[in-house]
This record gives sequence, C-alpha cells and structure tokens, in this order.
Amino acid sequence: MSSLAETFAGSHRASGSHDGPLLEVDHVVVQFGGVTAVNEACFTADPGTVTGLIGPNGAGKTTCFNVISGLQKPTRGTVRFQGKDVSSTPVHRRSKRGMGRTFQRLEAFGSLSVRDNVKVAADIHRGVLKGFLPGGHGKNIDALLERVGIAAYADERADSIPTGTARLLELARCLAGDPKLLLLDEPSSGLDETETDAFGDLLRDLAAEGRAILMVEHDMDLVMAVCDVIHVLDFGSIIASGDPATIRRDPAVQKAYLGYSDEDDADAHTVTDLPAVSDDTMVIPAAREGVGS
Amino acid sequence: MSSFLAFTIFGLVSGAAYAIAASGLVLTYSTTRVFNIAHGALGMLLSFVFWDFSVRQGMPTLLALFLVLFVVAPAIGWFLQRFVARGLGDAPVSVSLVVTVAILVATLGLAQQVWPPEARSVQPFFAGTSYEMFGFFITAHQILTIVLSLVVAVGLYVLLNRTRIGTAMRASVDNPELLKLFGGQPERVAALSWAIGTSLAALAGVLLVSTVGLDYFALLLLVINAFAAAILGRLQNLPLTFVGAMSLGLVTSYASGYLPTDGLLNSVRNVVPALFLFAVIVLMPQAQLRIGQVKGIVSAPLPSPFKALSWSGALLLGVALVAGALSEANLLLVGTAATYAIVMLSLVLLTGYGGHVSLAQITFVGVGALAYIKIDSPNLGGLLLAGLVAAGVGALVALPVIRLTGLYLALATLAFAVIMDRMIFQADFAFGFNGSLSAERLSILGYQVDSTAGYVWVMAVFFVLMGLALLVVRAGPLGRMLVALRDSPAACGTLGLDQRWFRVGLFAASAGMAGIAGALYAGLRGTVGAAEFQFFGSFTLLLLAVVFGVTSVTGAALGGVGLMMLPVLQADYPGIAGLFFVVIAVGAILLARDPNGLANQLFRLGRLLDRRFGNRIRERIPVLPVPGGSLGGMREQARAEHDANAAADHSLTTVGLGAGGGAATTSGPDQGPAENKEPAGV
Ligand SMILES: Nc1ncnc2c1ncn2[C@@H]1O[C@H](COP(=O)(O)OP(=O)(O)OP(=O)(O)O)[C@@H](O)[C@H]1O
Ligand SMILES: [Mg+2]
Repeated sequence: MSSLAETFAGSHRASGSHDGPLLEVDHVVVQFGGVTAVNEACFTADPGTVTGLIGPNGAGKTTCFNVISGLQKPTRGTVRFQGKDVSSTPVHRRSKRGMGRTFQRLEAFGSLSVRDNVKVAADIHRGVLKGFLPGGHGKNIDALLERVGIAAYADERADSIPTGTARLLELARCLAGDPKLLLLDEPSSGLDETETDAFGDLLRDLAAEGRAILMVEHDMDLVMAVCDVIHVLDFGSIIASGDPATIRRDPAVQKAYLGYSDEDDADAHTVTDLPAVSDDTMVIPAAREGVGS
Repeated sequence: MSSFLAFTIFGLVSGAAYAIAASGLVLTYSTTRVFNIAHGALGMLLSFVFWDFSVRQGMPTLLALFLVLFVVAPAIGWFLQRFVARGLGDAPVSVSLVVTVAILVATLGLAQQVWPPEARSVQPFFAGTSYEMFGFFITAHQILTIVLSLVVAVGLYVLLNRTRIGTAMRASVDNPELLKLFGGQPERVAALSWAIGTSLAALAGVLLVSTVGLDYFALLLLVINAFAAAILGRLQNLPLTFVGAMSLGLVTSYASGYLPTDGLLNSVRNVVPALFLFAVIVLMPQAQLRIGQVKGIVSAPLPSPFKALSWSGALLLGVALVAGALSEANLLLVGTAATYAIVMLSLVLLTGYGGHVSLAQITFVGVGALAYIKIDSPNLGGLLLAGLVAAGVGALVALPVIRLTGLYLALATLAFAVIMDRMIFQADFAFGFNGSLSAERLSILGYQVDSTAGYVWVMAVFFVLMGLALLVVRAGPLGRMLVALRDSPAACGTLGLDQRWFRVGLFAASAGMAGIAGALYAGLRGTVGAAEFQFFGSFTLLLLAVVFGVTSVTGAALGGVGLMMLPVLQADYPGIAGLFFVVIAVGAILLARDPNGLANQLFRLGRLLDRRFGNRIRERIPVLPVPGGSLGGMREQARAEHDANAAADHSLTTVGLGAGGGAATTSGPDQGPAENKEPAGV
C-alpha cells in the first residue's frame, strides 16, 4: 500500500542534526488591530509524535498555523524549525525545509483534477525547472492518492468533491513534498466515522515514519485516540498541555469548553460532547461574544 | 524666490484637490475592498455634468454644484455599488479590476456620447477675486480648494470616528461577517461609501476643471495622482493619503516650474504623477499571501490535439482563400485583427490562465513594434528579438512589484503605460512627437513577404502557432502550475513555490507575445506612430478579451476581430461612437465573473447543436465528417455566401471554435475531468 511510505520512511530521524524539538513556537503574539488572537503561545512538535492543538472557536489555532507556515507575521515571538529561527523566512522556503500544511478553509486547486492537484505539488517539490522535465512521478501520485484513500476521486475536479475528501486531498498534496512537519487544520471535519478511523490510522503511520504532526481538531474522540501530546488554546493563550488523559481531567480545559468545571464528572464522555463547531465557509467565530466588538 | 513661493502655493492647491479625490478612493476601497480604477473617470463625467448644469443650462453655480455633489454623484455611486460592484470585494482581483476598468470605459463612452468633443470651458469659482499674500496673488478659487480639502479631511475623520455608521464602515473593512452579526448592514455601508466616494471624485474634478480643462483624458488621468496618494496611505490611512497628495502636488508643480523645456526632461513633467505612483508602489511593504480567495473558475475545456490541429488548418486555408479576394484596405483590417488576436493570446496566458491583469498590453505591442523597426532587414531572428525586448521590458515592470499582490502589479502597469505613452514613445529616439516610423516587411528564410495578402496569411500562421503553443503549455506541467497559482497562491506558497519569480516570468512571456504582435503589426502597416499604442487601448483590449473569452484561443480569435471592428464601427456610426464603449463595458461587467466569455457560450451552443443535429448532418455528409460538429459545418457553408470581409471574420470564428470547443464533441486525451462527467456518446 505504501510504496511512498517506504521511500520516505526513516529519512527524518536521521536528518535531525540538532537535539531540540523539530518545531518550537516561542512566545508568539499576534494582534489584529485591538484583538489579540495569539497571546504568548509556546509549544513544540517532535518527530514521530502527533501533537494536538485544541481550543474553542476563535481561540487562535489557525492563526498559530499561519504564523508557523509563514502566512502571518507574528507581532512578537519566534518560530524555530530544526533549531533555526525561521520567523522571517518566506513561506516557500519554510516549505522547502520540510513544512507542509493543510487549510481549514479549503485551498484545493478547484479547477484542476484531484490527481493534477497532487501532480502540481510534486512538480513544485522537484523544483520549478526540473518539474517541467518529463518525469516518472505518475505511479507515486496514484500510490499517494491510494494511501490517503481518495484514489476513487482521482479524475474529479477538486471543487466538486466532498469537503472531507478535499481535506484528504490537501493532505496528499502536502505529502507529495515529503514534509518533516505536517500542520493539519481540522483535517477530519467532513469525514464520516469509518473514514475518521482510517484517517487516525494514517496519522499514526505518518508519525511512525518519523514525521512530526501538529493537528488542530474539534473531534475529541480522534484527538484523544491519536495524539501523544495536546496543547489547549483559549483566547490565544495555552491554558493546558499534556497527554490526553491529563487534558481530559484538566478543570481549566473544561471551563474553557463548557463554561464550568465539574471535577467529579470529568470523564471522557463530557469532553467528547464538546462543541465541534466547524464551518468551512466562515472563518469568523460566531460562537463567542465580545471578540472584535 | 517669489516664483518658488508661487509654485509652492500652486502645488499645495493641486495637492488639496488630489487629496479630496484620493480620500474618496480610500473610503471606497477600505470599506468594500474594491479598488475603483474608474474613480477619476467618474470625476471627469461629473465635471461634464457640472458644466452642463452651470454653463449650458445656465443654472446658478451654487445650485449646479449642489446638484452634482449631493444628488447626481451620490446617485451614481449608489447605483454602481448596488448593481455593478456588489460582492466584488471577495472576488479575485482580476475580476474586480475588469469591472472597474469597464466602469471607466463606460463612463468615458457616456461622456463622449452625451458631450461630443467641442471646446468647453468652466470658470473658476469666484472668478476674478484674488488676494495678495507675501507679494503674490492667490485666487479665491485656490483658497476655496484648500479650505474644502480641510473640510473633507475633518469631515471624514468625524464620520469614521465619531458616528455609528462610520464605525460600521471601519468594521466592515475588518470583518463584513462580523458586522452582520452585530446588526450592521454591510450593503448599506458599502453603498454609502460609494456615494460619498463618488461625490468626492466629483468635487475634485469640479475644482480642477478650471485649470485642467474639460478634457476627457486629462481629467481621467488625474486619477493616477489620486492612486499615488491613496497608495502612499496604504489605501486605508487618510492622514498619510493627505501627505501623499500634498507632496505629489508640490512635486508636480516644481517639476513644471523648474524642469528644462527641451529634451527628454521636458516631457518628464507630463508623467510626474505616473512616476510618483510607480515609486510609491515600489516602496510598499511586502504583501502577505491571501488565504481564502474565491477559486475554481470553470475554464473552457482544452481541445484534443486533433481538433486543435484541424481547426488551425481550416483557419489557414480559409485565410488563404479569402485573402486573395480582399482589397488592400480590407486586408489591412484582417491583419489588424490578427495582431489583436495575438495580443489577446498574450492575455489568455496572463489573465485567463494566470489570473493577473495588465493594463499595459498595448504598450508592449508598441515596444515590440519599435524594437522591430530599429532592426535592419528583419527576419525571423529579428522578430524573435523584438519579442524578447518586449519580454525584457515586461520583466522590468514586474520586477519592482515582485513582492506585491495583483492589484499593485496592475497599477504599476498602468503607470508604466502612461509613462511610455506620454514620454518615451513620443521621444526623438522612438516615434517622435506626433511622428511615425516606417517598417520593413518581415523576411522569412531569405524570402521577403511583400504582398499584403501573403503577409496576412503569415500573421495567421503566427496566431495559429502561438495558439497551439499556448494549448500545449496549458496541458503540461507549466499550465497546471499556472492554474494552481491562480486558484490558490497560498497553497502554492506552502507547497514551496516561489511565485514571485514565476510571476515575473509569466508577465515577461505575456509581454513578449504582445511584442511579437507589435512587430508583425509594424511590418503589416509599413508606418506606425505612437498614437497607435496609447494606454487607453489596453483598457478596451482587456474588456473585449473578457467579453469574448479570456480563457480560450477561440476567445482570442473572436476578440481580435471584435477589437479590430470597434474603430471601424465607430467611424461608420460617428453619432453613436461613445455608445460602443458603453456596450462593451456592460458586456464585460456582465461577463467578468465568468471570464470564459462568449466563446464559451459558443462552445455550449456547438455542443447543443451537435447533440440535436450532429448525427443527422453527419449522415448526410458521410464523406467529409466535419470535426467540431454541425456549427462548424454551417459556418463553412455560410462563409461562401458572405462578402469577403465578413468571410474573413468567420474563418477566424470557425478555427477558434475548433480550438476551444472541439473537445466537447469527441473525447480527447487531455480533456478536462469535468467533461468526462457528461454521459458518453452525447
Ligand atoms: N486576518 C484577520 N484579521 C483580523 N482578525 C483575525 C484575522 N484572522 C483571525 N482573526 C481573529 O483572530 C482570532 C483567532 O482566529 P483563528 O482563526 O486563529 O481561530 P481558530 O482557533 O482557528 O478558530 P476556529 O476553531 O473557528 O477555526 C479570532 O478572533 C479572529 O476573528
Ligand atoms: Mg481555525
């Protein structure tokens, strides 16, 4: 199933020449006018692990991703990748160094077919000039589509496929560049239960290949099942960090999600029922009052 | 010293008027995210209205002014926002630019239609009244201008910071959705800002018209000054906008006062605002990639190689047959159409595939023509060289704005076009002031193409070759990447594409194609002058490209014929010359959101007809199956019945149809996936 996985596997641990974490977000602050979207956020992501970034709508998760991938300049703070400060590195160079991301608000190439979406990514990865030479990445592309489970859609236009599939397409597209760090923004929204299970397995596989995965997710079952570490963001600040069991029991987390904390009732069930509001067409959090007013 | 003071005062006065215009632009942009290229054109139109009220109809000046500023201008602004610019803020910048260029062209057409060219003049306010200051006379009109600019500045500050609706206006910039959540009405806010913005354009126009004169283009170009000032204020900062406007006023005034009156520097004074605009754009900070753009534009399907080749052959055969029968004058028209068609191909690459807008494409045509003329006994190498020169110039224009978004690239091209038009093309080393140069015909492999008929055919060959090349590129990795970049620049960036260089390359390639068109055109005409490459031509070119379809080779062919016909029709029906502009503009506005244009409608019609009658017709003509279905066949027959001139049009039409629409009827290897979803055998 994973001819690509074999090609990619193992290369990552070896290449980490520095000792610290692969990605370090260090006291990052992002302000939009008067709104502080991210407030002194610090967290890391390590090779071989799945790190969850969770929090209510408007907590600043996507903004964190934008800062890490270079689409948003932080007001203050630094982002380090492989030990090097990349805060002022342009987007495309960060990608060349091994960052890949997907978008909460879909950024698939709508007028290309699913296969062509991935082909473009592979071409870009090979370098713009080399990308134009006739090359044999045809098989790899189909293998990649197979691996993320969207081979059936290969010839459809990307703007005509279901949302969940388009998210998987974005994942496939970024895997074509063989990234060391994967930033996944709500990758499972739009997937049904079986698809989500398969996706969880895929995530574990990808991590096992030595990639660092940082994932924003509202589906708590998935987060609790696949994440090694979870950071909880609320109003732009990290309010809790730890393994799933710790996070599940954390009163501050329950307060952020539910508006009250009830230590006795802090079982998995409560947290699983957290609001999983995710709207593809709206980036503005409607759920929270006071933001931006 | 005293003259210095005079220039300073004059500069501040014009700066004040620019500030008024620029703040209107900033207001509309910052509340609706639509950059209104037509801002100056609206000021021009309303100056004419003011003239009409106050001079022609003899209303009291104050009444005329009141009506223009508080009734006509807001009504136009409201109308435009409501029916033309609505929802444009979220559209790709190529769409909103096309729409506002269309407003500009429509405005100009309307002005020319209602007030045909004749000598008109508008008196300054309080004519004859002036006061002495530091040994200088300052007119009451000048004082009024400065006072009004201050009133506007304070008024806008109060509006935006001290009133509910103003707060809503500012909020709608950041977050129209949020505004809705809190009970605001973004549409009403947008309409209000357009109304006020248009009013401010009118005020600036009315204040300037007594010095500039009631001239369509002079007033229209004033918008460059407003652009420059507004962009210095980053399109949102009003105080900085005022600073920009005042500095520009001063620079322009000193330039006109102190630049030498001969040589190239003399003509610099004509282009100071454009140079200022260019400089301001270059100084803009790095733009961030925009996430969440509208994407997935339905593109015209790619034809199969067989279709493309057979229709190319049909075109060449058609032109060959028809060319022999045409008069010299008509041949020149066909050649002109071929030129425009090739220029349109350059827009297919840049705008149709790449999603960028150039407002200087005709200027690149001029650059190519000029380079070609300077080459002795031009052959294919010379033609290529002319194209390369244009490409190089294109790269030079795109390079300084490499860090910025499409809007600034388009504005940079506009500044460039004006600079070339008003300064370079008229210089002695170029075409000369009102001058023209003669060009030789191209020689191919040692054989000079002397006959016009032969030359026109050669041009058709170039169109076909470049069209086919474009299709090959589109079907390959480069084309995929172009479309990907158009659909989502942010995703391309995060996948590792350095789009800045990519864009420079794209822009250069497109300029190069336009340059080759210019070189061929120079050879066709024999003599060409600067007048043929005025910046305004790029506007009508863009609009017609969109109307006929900027995503397909067919659209380019049709558009070439259309653009050639425009001046012909205007000459034939001088009474409604301006209306033609209005019609084209309305067409572009209607089609801007689906830039596949009329060509795509033809493809659909072709598919429909083929479904209905295709088989029946094919049965009747078993020997010669017409590729592309019955529409093509009918056109072939119709052609024989038309007069020679019309026939030339149709032959272009048919090949275009095949080049773009053929894929709909037979399945080709590189068909779009969307096509595959249609049931087989239709
Ligand atoms: N470009 C922007 N301009 C202004 N404010 C912004 C911008 N982007 C985000 N914000 C604000 O920053 C805050 C954080 O937004 P962000 O999208 O990062 O939240 P999120 O945690 O991803 O939420 P969700 O779960 O809804 O995706 C919100 O209040 C949002 O309104
Ligand atoms: Mg988000």
